[in-house]
Amino acid sequence: MFNWFYRLGSPPHFYKLNRVIYPWIGLISILLIIIGSIWGLAFAPSDYLQGDGFRMIYVHVPSAYVSMLAYIVLAISAGIGFIWRMKLAHAVAVSAAPFGASFTLLALITGSLWGKPMWGTYWEWGDARLLFELLLFFMFLGYILLHSSFEDPNRGDRVSSILAVVGIINIPIIHYSVEWWNTLHQGPTISKLDAPSITIDMLLPLLVMIFGFTLFFFFLLLFRLQTEILIRSSNTQWVKSLFMDNAND
Amino acid sequence: MTPSRKQRLFLVLFLVTGVIASVTFALKAFQNNMLFFFSPSQVYAGEAPESRVFRLGGMVVEESIKREAGSLTVSFIVTDYANSIPVLYTGVLPDLFAEGQGVVARGQLSDDLFIAAEVLAKHDENYMPPEVAEALRISREAQK
Repeated sequence: MFNWFYRLGSPPHFYKLNRVIYPWIGLISILLIIIGSIWGLAFAPSDYLQGDGFRMIYVHVPSAYVSMLAYIVLAISAGIGFIWRMKLAHAVAVSAAPFGASFTLLALITGSLWGKPMWGTYWEWGDARLLFELLLFFMFLGYILLHSSFEDPNRGDRVSSILAVVGIINIPIIHYSVEWWNTLHQGPTISKLDAPSITIDMLLPLLVMIFGFTLFFFFLLLFRLQTEILIRSSNTQWVKSLFMDNAND
Repeated sequence: MTPSRKQRLFLVLFLVTGVIASVTFALKAFQNNMLFFFSPSQVYAGEAPESRVFRLGGMVVEESIKREAGSLTVSFIVTDYANSIPVLYTGVLPDLFAEGQGVVARGQLSDDLFIAAEVLAKHDENYMPPEVAEALRISREAQK
């Protein structure tokens, strides 16, 4: 029953499958981001209060959303790697971390640039949403640092995966921070049970951007994963034969 | 599942539950420090620090903004629709500062007047084009 799962977990099988998949994900994601950007920046109406300044939403919200998604991918794959001693899962976790950190930083910077004209401040230390998103950035960096501080990569995988799994607690805190506490950051516009508090002509390009950013993250992850698999299996027969075949072409 | 996998699974579950429990208690203990601002009702209930600087948040009451001629001094009333507090501020206001909009002011209470050193605008989660906002305003006025 789990045969397909075990086969997917075998590095050579996954490497060959992924080689076909990731370029397509990359292509679709870039098309979506181009469509979403033009739609959102040029064709969506401007906001009644913020004017054109609201268009930061088309970069800020997708990157903030992907930053949390990236952490969930990191934590789950690290957990699978820890419990089942699955090499590929650890490789996924290691590949996800730097891109998670990048999207988190992008969310922090775009939010800050929007905050100055709209709120009147770049950064407020007292705001729970801002603080926990910054913590998320440091958790990605902490994972990368801890992982790279071990001589033995297998030990590094195991120890840093515990940190990654435990850190998942930050994700619901980030999401609910604006509801649990008084914050300067506004409440959720889309991710709630009620109807979205944004009109459809502004929402559609945002959804295209969120979908595009998500696929772009998975493209980066899968792209990096190929290298990670090769590094981790560099002494195996299948990698050697892979490069021999290429040399003979 | 092999015994060693089961053991690791329980270890992970144990750690995650432990961390969730301790973080929950820690956040509960720091509940008041996690609040970015106090509402006028909280101030009336004595929850805000009286002699220290704190942030007051709420909505700017319609037609309450009064500007002093020839200076940057402005006064307005902040409300949470249950209680309201008058605010005095001298300085530059953010773009989104307007009557009927959210605001967060940092400062101190002096008698019943809140002297603000900094005023930030709090945006709500609503986004709409000007035409929709206008249509909403007209329909709301028709209901009155």
